[in-house]
Amino acid sequence: MIRSQVLICGGTGCTSSGSKKIQEAFAKSIDDFKLNDEIKLVQTGCFGLCALGPVVIVYPDGTFYSQVKPEDVPEIVEEHLLKGRVVERLVYNETSTPIEELTGGVSLNDTDFYKAQHRVALRNCGVIDPENIDEYIAVDGYAALGKALTEMTPEQVIEEVKKSGLRGRGGGGFPTGLKWSFCAPNKADQKYVVCNADEGDPGAFMDRSVLEGDPHCIVEAMTICGYAIGATKGFVYVRAEYPIAVARLQKAIDQAREYGLLGKNIFDSGFDFDLEIRLGAGAFVCGEETALMASIEGKRGEPKPRPPFPAVKGLFDKPTVENNVETFANIPQILLKGADWFASMGTERSKGTKVFALGGKIKHTGLVEVPMGTTLREIIYDIGGGIPNGKKFKAAQTGGPSGGCIPASLIDTEIDYDNLTAIGCMMGSGGLIVMDEDTCMVDIAKFFLDFTVDESCGKCTPCRVGTKRLLELLDKITSGKGEPEDLDRLEDLCYYIKANSACGLGQTAPNPVLATLKFFRNEYEAHVNEKKCPAGVCKDLLTYTIDKDKCIGCGLCSRNCPVSTIIKSDYTAPGHKLPSYEIIPDKCIKCGACMTNCKFKAISKK
Amino acid sequence: MKSLAELQAIKDRMKDKVVLREGTGDMRVVVGMATCGIAAGARPVLNALVEEVNKAGLSEKVTVSQTGCIGICQFEPVVEVFEAGKEKVTYVKMTAEKAKEVVEKHLKGGRVIAEYTLKDENL
Repeated sequence: MIRSQVLICGGTGCTSSGSKKIQEAFAKSIDDFKLNDEIKLVQTGCFGLCALGPVVIVYPDGTFYSQVKPEDVPEIVEEHLLKGRVVERLVYNETSTPIEELTGGVSLNDTDFYKAQHRVALRNCGVIDPENIDEYIAVDGYAALGKALTEMTPEQVIEEVKKSGLRGRGGGGFPTGLKWSFCAPNKADQKYVVCNADEGDPGAFMDRSVLEGDPHCIVEAMTICGYAIGATKGFVYVRAEYPIAVARLQKAIDQAREYGLLGKNIFDSGFDFDLEIRLGAGAFVCGEETALMASIEGKRGEPKPRPPFPAVKGLFDKPTVENNVETFANIPQILLKGADWFASMGTERSKGTKVFALGGKIKHTGLVEVPMGTTLREIIYDIGGGIPNGKKFKAAQTGGPSGGCIPASLIDTEIDYDNLTAIGCMMGSGGLIVMDEDTCMVDIAKFFLDFTVDESCGKCTPCRVGTKRLLELLDKITSGKGEPEDLDRLEDLCYYIKANSACGLGQTAPNPVLATLKFFRNEYEAHVNEKKCPAGVCKDLLTYTIDKDKCIGCGLCSRNCPVSTIIKSDYTAPGHKLPSYEIIPDKCIKCGACMTNCKFKAISKK
Repeated sequence: MKSLAELQAIKDRMKDKVVLREGTGDMRVVVGMATCGIAAGARPVLNALVEEVNKAGLSEKVTVSQTGCIGICQFEPVVEVFEAGKEKVTYVKMTAEKAKEVVEKHLKGGRVIAEYTLKDENL
């Protein structure tokens, strides 16, 4: 009889920090202690706390071990699994409750990181074995599909989704039920359901985690959608760069077919549905729905002008509904628990929860799911653990290359679709990159623009040429050649690109520039007028200097200087034996090697 | 898959396997599994508890878990039952047979088996 289960994260984050080895070590150690009949090992999807991987959780107590190494495993098995003593040195203890007040060690749910979260889309990630359909069924999996097919009409399904207030989680925020209802009445010999898993934003990995941790829920939701709109065929378009997600999804599809949850006459309702995976080759523009459909058709991934909308003429010119992974992940819960339950979470016009991929200058890099309307402050400080090294919070970038930034002054903004749009930002798919005082906002804008320039498909001129010119202007500013008029030119060009591009990529590409210009114009002005980078990032605007009174003349900087531009000066500081060094600025390439090597903190940049 | 009943059958079969991960139930049964406990025979007690709880269909309500030394080594194996709003019950010198009885009478029936509990005069 199994009395305890050991869950090991098999998400991409933990896999790359060595969770496979941990799993092998557990298997061996459990064998060594002859606990095979009592302890079960389960590989799960992402727990969300990726920065602390590999993550291991021991149930029933829910003890949360982080950064486990293979050599720790025998100790955990002997002490915890055999003798019941929690290995405290490995327990992740970020809780506001002191450890001695917690019975049975620190449980996952006690940690500050999880306490403030509300998991709907991620409810099964890190809880079930994603490669086992029975475990999914045990946690009410496929019950929503059963309910839809046996008790509800397609109209009722659409009505329920409409009533829940669910909006597209891919970034646009279009009401999902409405999208389905546009497609349902269209008559055609074939309709399609498409799941957009082409998660291309730098720093975003919500969809990957859902596919890796709970692939069956996407299979179930797409089948429900097929029933609602009258489609019998679905495609999941997922990036080839997500090998684990692809493998698990394929396994889920195979298992569902075996159980008759995909295929002909599901639940004896006369409804047929089947799914196929299509791999994307990693073009950002293929996340745009019409380009994605072109790519599934085997054509070059280029967007099409609308109308006709996909609901009328989409994939292979047939009526199509396309939704994002996270949107689909909410569907089974909405049908099971009801639209009212879902609508009770969130704000007036944004219902439910949102998953964010927390990254950048934050203590707990990882995945969090919070109700809509949670403030940025709660996400960053209460859940994310704040900014490391005592630095100050400067801004958070949302929505990736299509989004904007939320400055520190607006940290108490309640995050939902409309509030973010109101401050010139965008929800986006959920990437949330935290920036501290050492980040240069002009440099950030340049980073994202560099990305969009690479990823522009080239079909329309405003996007292809416009973004390139925009990047050149930013290059000019960060290299110290900017003129005051450049800021206005920048702004004009941004609005031009936004107004004239054919698809979402171009229409949103200038957002990072516009948002930083709006909230951090002073930084742009410092670059242009004073030729200074206040955050000390833009190389061409920096000067390295040696504080001659702090320099003891060891010469380490001079020996490490790749261009030999640091020489002995004729000044010896009082109390020092050797003359100090100085940097000849005209030859300096600003590599920073001297500063890294100085043990006396005598070198500074500004 | 042809019917909801089929789905429900799989769910019922699997329920015990995932219920462990759903966090604590209303009742928590903790077995002392330190060196003293193991030496006194706590492992068969723990296994009997897990088995009986599942057999009695209580796995959603009762969490069976282990802990370290409780500090009364002469009374091991020790089993403690925590229930919200009620005083903790400590069973001492347990055996697999006694454990079965505890599941049947206490966890299921709600009656504490006084003769197996720790009494003040023992201390």
